[in-house]
Parts: sequence; structure tokens; C-alpha cells
Amino acid sequence: MRLLNLFKIAFKAIVLNKTRTLLTMLGIIIGVASVIAMLAIGEGSKESIRTTISSMGSNMITIRPGADNSGPARGSGGNVQTLILEDYNEIKKQASLLSYITPVVNGGGQVINGANNWPSTIYGVNPEYLNIKAVGLQSGSMFTDAEVKSAAKVALIGGTVVENVFPDGQEPVGQMIRFNNIPFKVIGVLEEKGENTFGQDQDDVVIAPYTTVQKRILAIDYLNQIMASAISEDEASEAVTQVTDVLRSQHKLIESEDDDFTVRSMEELISTFSSTSEMLTVLLVAVASISLLIGGIGIMNIMYVSVKERTKEIGLRMAVGAKGTDILMQFLIEAILISVTGGLLGVILGLGATVFIENFLNWPTSVALYSIVISFAVCAVTGIFFGWYPARKASALDPITALRYE
Amino acid sequence: MTKEIIKIQDLKREFTMGTETVHALKGISFDIKEGEFVTIMGSSGSGKSTMLNILGCLDQPTSGAYEIDGVSVKDLNRNELATIRNEKIGFIFQSYNLLARTSAIENVELPLLYNSKVSTEERRERAIKALKMVGLGERLHHTPSQLSGGQQQRVAIARSLVNNPVMILADEATGNLDTRTSYEIMSLFQELNKKGITITFVTHEPDIATFSSRTVVLKDGEIMQDYLNHNVQSAANELAKLPKQDE
Repeated sequence: MRLLNLFKIAFKAIVLNKTRTLLTMLGIIIGVASVIAMLAIGEGSKESIRTTISSMGSNMITIRPGADNSGPARGSGGNVQTLILEDYNEIKKQASLLSYITPVVNGGGQVINGANNWPSTIYGVNPEYLNIKAVGLQSGSMFTDAEVKSAAKVALIGGTVVENVFPDGQEPVGQMIRFNNIPFKVIGVLEEKGENTFGQDQDDVVIAPYTTVQKRILAIDYLNQIMASAISEDEASEAVTQVTDVLRSQHKLIESEDDDFTVRSMEELISTFSSTSEMLTVLLVAVASISLLIGGIGIMNIMYVSVKERTKEIGLRMAVGAKGTDILMQFLIEAILISVTGGLLGVILGLGATVFIENFLNWPTSVALYSIVISFAVCAVTGIFFGWYPARKASALDPITALRYE
Repeated sequence: MTKEIIKIQDLKREFTMGTETVHALKGISFDIKEGEFVTIMGSSGSGKSTMLNILGCLDQPTSGAYEIDGVSVKDLNRNELATIRNEKIGFIFQSYNLLARTSAIENVELPLLYNSKVSTEERRERAIKALKMVGLGERLHHTPSQLSGGQQQRVAIARSLVNNPVMILADEATGNLDTRTSYEIMSLFQELNKKGITITFVTHEPDIATFSSRTVVLKDGEIMQDYLNHNVQSAANELAKLPKQDE
């Protein structure tokens, strides 16, 4: 009853000072809106990284020769020859948590079809490669294990290659192309995947049996990498451990020696990139929070003015029976009403801004419910925090002095 | 017989100003009975403001006893004093002290907002009744800026009546008004007094005192005179005697 009355009093004071209240709210509105929009941008980019990486094969595990290339002066792994077919066979035999596995050799070269040519990369793999990369066929079919065994000169090509070496819209399947002067029969076209997050064109590839690429194009007997996929996303890290164990014993590494290879799951890759965007999000939110803080200080400022301006009114209220707590609550409720209303408008503006960013700037966004809850809660707390001191000051006034105040 | 609303016994109030002690009230004793219309007179510095503050439970005496409606005020804390003010006293100020941009009825409701025993409907009802009593039944929704000084003071009087106080405490209530309007206000006070409402009127104007039934004169913190006025003037008559205003 009494609290309801105090709400009415506070509400009335706000309504009587519409413009001032609105201007005070503006700080909070902008603060909350920017926190929500910034978090939406952060979450959005994180999510888009996750989905693109997942589209590259969510359970994918890559094994490269050479230690983790995080330190300075390490090679890219491309010319390290420690990963061999024997390793692949052992992993395939022993690692039970892998559903697919393929050796990978790759090299650059020129794809030629008559007068058309195009620089591309050839990947030598086995038929399981398609399952690992989660890529389908647009036409034709994958080569078989038998073709791998016999090092058949057959190839599948990606959309970009098709566009460039078959510019007249000819059906590529069944045609002959040459890669570095070695003739290949095109037996299939890969489904288009577009660019990945890192701007790499995933359709600019030629795929052939690894035996063929090893012997006829690169003339090597080692592997550039081994790709595999874990039976499920949850098992990925366990699978990484399995692979590591197999390879360490294969490479006869003793306890004190570091791995001479690198095993990475997509999950790790995701977290690496997520942490970058997370840092960015934290930065953005920090900036937005500062504006929220300034909004709070704005409330404190206006509450101070309000208390000063209404000293006589406070004196009168006390004279007719308002207790200190009544005055305290009145001003506190006023501050909270301002901040919470501002917060509400801020949420709406923030959501609006997010929609705008998504549709007009084409940035990926994702509004997290927690960002709304948090910024709203922060608002209420801001109101209490910054409203408390002026309210406390008002309630401590001596009614006699307050009544005489001019 | 008649109940004593106010009992004051050897009341002292001292203020410490730096190292000096100012004796604002130097041992005052008097009672106010129910239904009395008392003016407290005195020039500035006589201690009448201090007396008013203590009577209104805005301040507490340094020593001595003060009882209002049977409650000893001496040992009450800030909150208890607020409750006493809310339930037992009706304040009227020289400068009306109405809330700006707030309708008459809402101004009158104000004391009841701080009394949780009064419901919203009862509050509104009592406010309307009080405004009718002071002759402003037609101006319930006017804001102070739409009312004349006399009307504003009437709103303030209605506000002081709304909580059914045991005593109305007026501080120079006619100080801001012209003679005609102050006579109107005084005649309203006399009417209210006739209905049995106890009024204590603090003023420095001797002619105001002639409308009251009793006068207490303060000087230098002591009571100089305390006399019953056997020849109470009727403010309504005095008003009639004033020259007619030019139309």
C-alpha cells in the first residue's frame, strides 16, 4: 500500500519532468543498446566461424608432420617427410574412434584442357576423403579403392576448375584434362562449397587417388598429411589422443621427446578462432559498458539536481509525515524507474540496431538472451547504485532547514 | 473537563553555535485545551519559531516535557516524530508550500499518502470533503498556478485538515496575503474553530491575535503574557467593514 503510493509519487515526478527524464534516460538507452548490439555482433561472428568450420567437416582431425608450428622459425610441415603411408596404415588399424581416414598428398600445378588452363591444387586422397570433408558430388562418381590401388589416372574437379577449364559449359565428366602434363580422366564434379572463413576457395581443387599423385605428379613416397574424422564430435579429443599415441610409438619417440607431428581436431580450430572473436567481443562490450556507466552517472547527476531543487518539497513531505525511508524510497524508485525504463527502451533500440546491422551491413549477428538479461539487470543495479547516494542525502535532510530552503 | 491537547512543562531549547550556547527557550510552561484558538505572538528573536518547531514535532526540546494528545514527545526518534506529525498535526505555512504542477486534490491528499491505514478511495473522499470545507469544492483539479494566493492558502488549510489532526499549527498563515484575503482566511479559521478544531497560530501581527480566543506572548525565550481574549473579534464582521473593492 505504502510502497504503491511511493511508486505513484515517483512516477508523478518523472511525468512532470518528461524532457529531463528522457534526456537522462538517453545515456542508459544508448548504453544498453550498444551492449546488446555489440554482443550480438560478437556472438554472430563466433557462430559464423563455427558453422563454416563445421561445414569443412565437423569431426575432422588433421595430422601433419612436424611439431606444432606455433613457435618461430618452424617449417610449414610441407617439406618434412616424417609422415609415411605406414603411419596411415597403423592409425587406420589401431585408432578405434575414427570412422574415416585418408592419406593426403598435395601439390600445385596447371590444369589444362585444350586451350584453357588454370592454376590449381591437386589433392591425392582415398575415397573416404569425401566423407571426411562432408562434400558431395554434383555429377559423376568417386574413384574406387581398386583405382587407388592401380594408381589410375582419374580425377574429380571442383566448381572453380570447371568454370575455368570448361568455359563453354561442356559436361566435364568423361573428358580428359591434363595436370602438369599428366592426363587425367574426369570422373566427377564436386559440389560447390564456396569460400571458407579464411577466404580460401574450396572449389578450386582437383582430387585424384593418392597413389597416382604420389607416383606420377609429385614423385614422393611420404605423405603431406593424414585426414580423418572421429566417430562423433564428442569423441574428437579422445580420438586425437589415440592418434597421438599410435604415432608416437610408430615414430619410436621416447618420453622426453616432443611430438614430431601435429594432430588437430576441428574443435581446437574452432576454439582458436572463437577465442579471437571472443576477445574482440570483450573489447566491444567494455566500450559499451563505459557508455552505460556514463549513463549511470547521468542519472546520479540528475537525481542530485532533483534533490536540491526539491529540497523544500522534501521538507514539506517530512512535515506532513513522510519518514526518512519514505523520502529515500521515493528518490530511489524514481532513479530505478528512469534506469529500468531506459533499459527497456535500450533493449528495443539494441534489437533494432541488430536487425539493421544484419540487413544493411550484412554482418552476421546473433542476439543472445543472456545479453538482454544482463544489460537489463545492470540497468536496475545502476539505478540503485547511482540513485542511492542522492536519495540517501534527501532522506537525511533536516525538515526544518529543508522547509526554509529557498 | 475539556481535554488538554498540549502540555508543556518547563521547556528549554538551547542551540550551540560554535562555543556559544544560545538559549532560545528558557523554561516555558503552558497547556492548550481542546477547542482553543491560540495565537503565539512575539517579535523576531523571541523564540517563537523555535516554539513552533517544537510544537510541530519538527524539533525536540533540550529539556522539559512536551506532550501532545497524551504522547510524550521527548524520547521519540525521527520516524516516530514523523508519525506524530502525520496523524496529530496539520501544518499551514506562510508560503503555502503546495506542490507545483499538482492539482489541489492531490496536494490535499499528500499527508494521507504517508498513512498506510487510509485506502485510496478513502483518501480521495476525505480530500474532497476537506476542500469543500474550505470552499474550494469547485476547484479540485486546479493547480496552484491557476489559483489566487488566498485560494492556495485554502488548499493548504484543506491539506492540514485532511488527516483529522488534534491541532492545526499555522505559521504566519496570513503573512503573504493582503488585508482582505487575510481576513477571509481568519474567518475561515474561526469557522473551523467553531466546529471544534484546535488551532495554534504563530504570528507577529497584533490584529490577528484579536480573532483568537487566547494569546501567548513570547519575548527573549520566555512567556511575557498569556491571556484569554474575552472580546473575540469576528473576522467576518471586520471583512464586511472593509471598504468595498473596486469592481
